[in-house]
Amino acid sequence: MTNTEIYDKLKGAFGEKIGEWHEQTGSEYMKRMSSYADVTDAGYIRDVCLYLRDEPTLGFDSLLLLSSVDNGDNTLSVVYHLEAREKKQYFALKVTVPADHAVVGSVTDVWSHANWQEREAWDMMGISFQGHPDLRRILLDEDWVGHPLRKDYKYPEFYRGMKVPY
Amino acid sequence: MGLLDKHDNPFDSSNIVITGTDTLINWARLSSLWMMSFGLACCAIEMMAASASHYDIGRFGVIPRPSPRQSDIMLISGTVTLKMASRTKLLYEQMPDPKYIISMGSCSNCGGPYWEHGYHVLKGVDRVIPVDVYVPGCPPRPEALLEGLMKVQEKVRKQSLARTAV
Repeated sequence: MTNTEIYDKLKGAFGEKIGEWHEQTGSEYMKRMSSYADVTDAGYIRDVCLYLRDEPTLGFDSLLLLSSVDNGDNTLSVVYHLEAREKKQYFALKVTVPADHAVVGSVTDVWSHANWQEREAWDMMGISFQGHPDLRRILLDEDWVGHPLRKDYKYPEFYRGMKVPY
Repeated sequence: MGLLDKHDNPFDSSNIVITGTDTLINWARLSSLWMMSFGLACCAIEMMAASASHYDIGRFGVIPRPSPRQSDIMLISGTVTLKMASRTKLLYEQMPDPKYIISMGSCSNCGGPYWEHGYHVLKGVDRVIPVDVYVPGCPPRPEALLEGLMKVQEKVRKQSLARTAV
């Protein structure tokens, strides 16, 4: 099954919840790994992922990578790279949310290895995952202020009495 | 140090060496600088190379110890993140006096490549603990580390316990 066929199948199942298909140019690898489908409703991502996992013709049993992007226009995106290990298929989804209300549905109960990746996205980018069982910072200390990979992040002058700038 | 002339001394057959207390104690101390087994980043790989058979830091009497309570020197081998800085300071405070610190590599000397955009990096470990010897390099080769170690030995050799104890 090609990626566009998977997209059409998704579109048939979810209709308006699935946005445009973004076909990447370049090598076969780039096309396969970097083309993605928009998911317009951030609260719906779990249902879309559950469908991709459980539909027998798809069988996306692995979340390769969950990454987050600051688009620079007050929106944040979460990108899901999926792999169907048996069928050797790849698919990507992208959810875009406003930066001042960055809430996305959690997929930890679809793929349990999303747990730490969502914690990292929360830590670095401040995206809140609704339904995550343990949404704490994963890399920085608990008392850190702000989310450092956001483009509007201001570097702290001091942290626990230690001067931060050079 | 000087050997007694065998003809004039009453302890004819025994080997007697006369030396100053400082010299003797310092000689013992600098020949058994136990190192805290502690690595932070890629410099730790060079530290391990220096500890392995090819460079054999053991010939200077440096033995890696698993506890700060048994250590004389601490090698800050790598990037000191702000999260690690308070832990590093705690480990330093747990070491018994006299203690020596070698700051190894650009990161722990001054922040290294993270000097501008490293929101999470302490720009020099000397902001939290006193450093005796700085070893430049990114990472320094084992020879450079050994040179740094010999600088510490030089420092130990010149110290006087008797005079500072008054």
